[in-house]
Amino acid sequence: MEIGHNSGDHPVVARLQGVMVDLFPGSTRRVEMSARTVAEMIDELDRRWPGMGDRIRDTRPAIRKHMNVFVEGERAKLDTEIPRGAEVFILTAISGG
Amino acid sequence: MAKVMVLVGTKKGAFIAESDEARKDWSLRGPFCNTWPIHHVIADPATGAIHGAGGNEWFGPAIWTSKDLGETWTHSSQGLAYEAGKEPVSAAWSVAPRDGELYVGVQPAGLFRSADGGASFEHVEGLQQHPTRPEWNAGGAGLILHSIVFDPKDPQKIWIGISSAGVFFTQDGGKTWEPRNKGTRADFFPEDQRYPEFGQCVHNMVRAAGSDRLYQQNHCGMYRSDDGGESWQSIEEGLPSDFGFPAGAHPRDPETLYLIPLNGAEKGRFVPDGKAAVWRTRDGGRTWADLRNGLPQENAFFGVLRQAMATDRMEPAGVYFGTGTGTLYGSADEGESWFEIAQHLPTISSVETYVID
Repeated sequence: MEIGHNSGDHPVVARLQGVMVDLFPGSTRRVEMSARTVAEMIDELDRRWPGMGDRIRDTRPAIRKHMNVFVEGERAKLDTEIPRGAEVFILTAISGG
Repeated sequence: MAKVMVLVGTKKGAFIAESDEARKDWSLRGPFCNTWPIHHVIADPATGAIHGAGGNEWFGPAIWTSKDLGETWTHSSQGLAYEAGKEPVSAAWSVAPRDGELYVGVQPAGLFRSADGGASFEHVEGLQQHPTRPEWNAGGAGLILHSIVFDPKDPQKIWIGISSAGVFFTQDGGKTWEPRNKGTRADFFPEDQRYPEFGQCVHNMVRAAGSDRLYQQNHCGMYRSDDGGESWQSIEEGLPSDFGFPAGAHPRDPETLYLIPLNGAEKGRFVPDGKAAVWRTRDGGRTWADLRNGLPQENAFFGVLRQAMATDRMEPAGVYFGTGTGTLYGSADEGESWFEIAQHLPTISSVETYVID
């Protein structure tokens, strides 16, 4: 995976769904950043697109019940560490009716 | 020529129906708000903005705002939250404008205020500190704060309705609250405890125009209060049941109220006998008339949810309601005759009106 030079000392990539990008005009489905944990990644997304953090985590605080964050193929929590260079998928769970 | 808008919240987005002052020909726009469940849609006449209160299982609660009558929307939940560790806010259920501010009712029950048109919110914390708070029980839709009623003369006075904690009142802008449920029943409690201080399942509460009078539709009866909720009198005699959800106040006449009684809490919550009717009083609830002209009179098995009826401020007044089965009905003659404005919508949660001169 190629990550740009502007991704800080711990470069990782957030992968967002279209349904999330639709909520935040200007956001992109692939986001390069520096983040060591899922919590740091959400904070960085929120810094770039204010309000996005609220859509992913609640105020317990925890990842929302019907959202899934996958790090290296495993469902992650806020304190899950992200390996350098990893892609993190932020997905909506099966829900609704 | 006036533009009459009916703002509709549904399980899958907000819709806007539009007509002119004749209210005969209607067009429909939507779904808006990215098809989120939208529990309440209102317009703030002071700003011209439309606000939708909702919450999505995936993304949590938000207030959606459109400053161009629905063409484009933004959303925010900044500050619409309890402190860490508490059960998080899952959805916004009601929004009410006053003097440039917005008040928002949420689930689990709480009240928030926005001074910047829905961009950010602050918690009206006093309500959570009420000593009865640990004993509030959720109604069928959850523990939700749905009704927000202001005093047109005194901005410090607010009444709120919570299912199923009852009516609460503040006269200091939300710092302290007191229950206002005297005279309203709780038939779901043991026989000797059916008039408690709090715990009643208020379904909807409205202010009578130009008056201090309040009306409420409760899980157990219909009521009127002429003393700011200090005491409530039953007005259910003459109605086909004591159960229903919405209440619609006439825009000018405090004696006129519209209700939609359903067959009963445990009987399907349909219009009675499969025949739809809106019931109207012209004398403050002493007598009632059923209004059926244009409404289905056979095989109708729908209900109408708590915020899904409204009146407009035209002359004669329009009355509108939306069904759980997604039909929006309207009347341009105070309920004498009815017509369909839209059908096949998602389950309708709320109906409000906005008239632009």
